[in-house]
Amino acid sequence: MGGVTLTHYLVLSALLFAIGTAGVFLRRNVITILLSIEIMLNAVNLTFVAAGRQFASVDGQVIVFFVMTVAAAEAAVGLALVIALFRHRESLNPEAFTSLKW
Amino acid sequence: MALNTVFFYLFGGLAVVASLLVIGQRNPIYSVLLLIASFAALSGLYILLDSPFAAVTQMIVYAGAIMVLFLFVVMLLNVPREDAAEWDRSHPLNKPGARRLGTALSVFVLVEFLWAVWHMAGRFGMPLKDTSAGSVSSVAAIGRSIFTDYAFPFEATSILILAAMVGAVVLARREQE
Repeated sequence: MGGVTLTHYLVLSALLFAIGTAGVFLRRNVITILLSIEIMLNAVNLTFVAAGRQFASVDGQVIVFFVMTVAAAEAAVGLALVIALFRHRESLNPEAFTSLKW
Repeated sequence: MALNTVFFYLFGGLAVVASLLVIGQRNPIYSVLLLIASFAALSGLYILLDSPFAAVTQMIVYAGAIMVLFLFVVMLLNVPREDAAEWDRSHPLNKPGARRLGTALSVFVLVEFLWAVWHMAGRFGMPLKDTSAGSVSSVAAIGRSIFTDYAFPFEATSILILAAMVGAVVLARREQE
């Protein structure tokens, strides 16, 4: 038993994804929730790169490139939403944005 | 122990600890800075995986562009601290029903995850293939793949970026009356 295997990378990626999920559920700050989503996206990226390396294919890195552009678009729109919400409610607590709740 | 293994545990541990601190922080500015550290560790892991393209874009796009955007918004809104006591009291997980259901669900997911890893270890337990001289790490091969096999998704991405740009401007605009 020597060397780093694909399983090592998959376990690490699962750990990071779990941390990101916990952040989304536990934090009460819209910006921190967006940061947790970035952690989850990065965990998935790690899976793609490790699998691409294992199966000797460039597809893993190409998909990482696409995930990064989607993450950039998501961050831009998400932060614009945060600014608009803060302007209306003067708060970043998601509990403050309940106008659509019945 | 091989140097590869040492660096894997170094970077992996750094990424996990930094991510844990990100969600443990009350001050969003520290969260953003720690997330940059986590991304740098992931970039190191990509280099260990013979993927310099992914490592460099990780640093330039994620740590350089996206995190600066986050930092900019955190400083613009100027709300450094959560009001801890009040926000914790209003947390939906503090309701007893949600807490019981959440505990049961997380134990179930943990058991499922451990079971999956246990059964996967046999299939993927072999060391990573040695492809250091292959086309996997070549940026030229990645570029060729993006502009031939992935040409349509690439063009679709440009529409997505345009839509996100327009959407961000429209959402963040102050309404004039």
